[in-house]
Amino acid sequence: MILNIDKFIAEERPNWNELEAFLVRLEKGKKAHFDLEEIQRFHYLYQRTSADLGRLMTFSAEPETRGYLENLVGRSYAEIHEPRKARLGKGLGRLIFKSFPQTFRRHIRSFYLVLVVTLIGAGFGGLTVANNPESKTTILPFSHLHTSPDERIAREMEDKGEQLSGHQAQFASSLMTHNIKVAIFAMGLGITFGIGTLISLFYNGVILGAVSLDYLMADQGAFLTGWLLPHGSIEIPAFLIAGQAGLVLAGAMIGHGDRTPLAQRLRAILPDLMVLIGGVAIMLIWAGLIESFFSQYHEPVIPYWLKISFGASELLLLVFYLTTVGSSSRSHSPSHPPAVGTVTQVVTR
Amino acid sequence: MYQKKTQLRIRTPEGICFTLEPASPLMRFFAWSIDFLVIIGVSLFLQQFVFNHIVAAAPDLSNALYLFMTSALYLCYAMWLEWIWNGRTLGKRLFRLRVMDRQGLHLQPSQVVIRNLLRVIDSLPLFYLVGGLASCFSPLYQRFGDQVANTIVIKLPRFKVPDLTGIGEQKFNSLRSYPHLIGRLRKAVTPAEADIALQALRRRDTLDHRERTELFDRLRDHFKSKTTFPEEAVRTSSSEQYVRNIVELLYCTDQNENNHMVRFGQDKKNH
Repeated sequence: MILNIDKFIAEERPNWNELEAFLVRLEKGKKAHFDLEEIQRFHYLYQRTSADLGRLMTFSAEPETRGYLENLVGRSYAEIHEPRKARLGKGLGRLIFKSFPQTFRRHIRSFYLVLVVTLIGAGFGGLTVANNPESKTTILPFSHLHTSPDERIAREMEDKGEQLSGHQAQFASSLMTHNIKVAIFAMGLGITFGIGTLISLFYNGVILGAVSLDYLMADQGAFLTGWLLPHGSIEIPAFLIAGQAGLVLAGAMIGHGDRTPLAQRLRAILPDLMVLIGGVAIMLIWAGLIESFFSQYHEPVIPYWLKISFGASELLLLVFYLTTVGSSSRSHSPSHPPAVGTVTQVVTR
Repeated sequence: MYQKKTQLRIRTPEGICFTLEPASPLMRFFAWSIDFLVIIGVSLFLQQFVFNHIVAAAPDLSNALYLFMTSALYLCYAMWLEWIWNGRTLGKRLFRLRVMDRQGLHLQPSQVVIRNLLRVIDSLPLFYLVGGLASCFSPLYQRFGDQVANTIVIKLPRFKVPDLTGIGEQKFNSLRSYPHLIGRLRKAVTPAEADIALQALRRRDTLDHRERTELFDRLRDHFKSKTTFPEEAVRTSSSEQYVRNIVELLYCTDQNENNHMVRFGQDKKNH
């Protein structure tokens, strides 16, 4: 095909400019509203520019104009053919009272697996400390847990929480930020086909089991429960749910029994990952506050029965919340969004 | 691994193909460095002008808020900007980069969130070593966050008229009398070939005489193999002149040609 490039550009340039103006309007404000006439005009310009690009394709010596038209067509394509609704800011309420518990239940099998791995880790940690109490200095990363439980409790009772006095908020903040990063890490390790996630959860279980057995062997079960339960009843499930998200990611990567391409499998689980990790972040903020302002105060400042009751109530509420809230409405099942265009990779050089 | 340059070609339902060119890991590192400096700058600003003022009244709360806000800033800076600026942060704007859905569609909130959360993995152990290695081994230069979120970072093209200054003074192009052959030539020559010829003309003065002659002979033969112009149009042209004529035909629209001539006119006046 022989084309008079100059005439072609001169004739079509106004249409390209008009299409670009539409695109700028759309991209500047995500809520830009067009009336019917404008939508029809936008669609017409998209088709016309697509046709122009098709005509210019044969003119390989016009790379600049072609690149420009490809850019226009690509941007318009994204506006016109996007089948998914962008949902951001639908509210914290929706996340808490609907999406989070629903998503948790939808992937309950991953949660059970995570729970089992953590319990095996806890059993391993407990057995190790029971057989060789000296091993806790190797297993436990926190130096304040290396001393004997009796020594620590005596010190804490004497201290009456004064050590944290005036620094509770800072302590809470550092707990929240650190724990949220660890939770994201546990989820992200799903890209190792879940191996990294499972290892991190197993190790968490080892620490938990070692500490628990250390205190139980020292006959300090009340202290242990009063210390761990108020924040642990939220924090530990939060880490388990982060691990659950990691396994959801791993499941999509492995794609066992699912013949859709990897990219589509990942695309389908992204909203669920976002919801799960959002819920986990909220849980960890709460747990950070409780750990700093409540858990670290022991008898005689706060009686154990009060702390244990509080922690047990939290745990019951959490179980109730995760198993029942949001169950009345139809739960959304993840689907593979249709691929509207054909995508190929071209190795040029 | 890294030398292979891959483009993403998307075919729309209307049957039109367009390509997205992935940004190289190096460009992305530069853009990230700018963003990192912005994050550091904002953190310092907050510390200096906000938290230092409330630290006297409530030191614990001030420190807690500062710690929380800087962590949130590090996690949410790119998320927020990529959402409101269609896949661009300050650094990406500066380097004309943009995050896009791998299918050429709009970025979804979940994609923005997950690709940025996975920076926790990609940034390990220091300076995005894990993410950098992952992108070097990925044909579309995707770090792990991009691979999971189905996103790619692309270079945004500019629409510009090719700069033909420096290809030499051109009085008459004997090939211009054959419009049908010009059309055939433009169709047959690839952008890379056209660019090689243009660069050869620009740099011709840096070559010694023998290399220059040899180069332009080879280019002439190459372009002759693409389209053959009648003998009377090329008989009196040297190889270099022939290549110059070809470059003019490939790049010069009428508009460009006029500008080109005006530029030459100005150059002459200046001289």
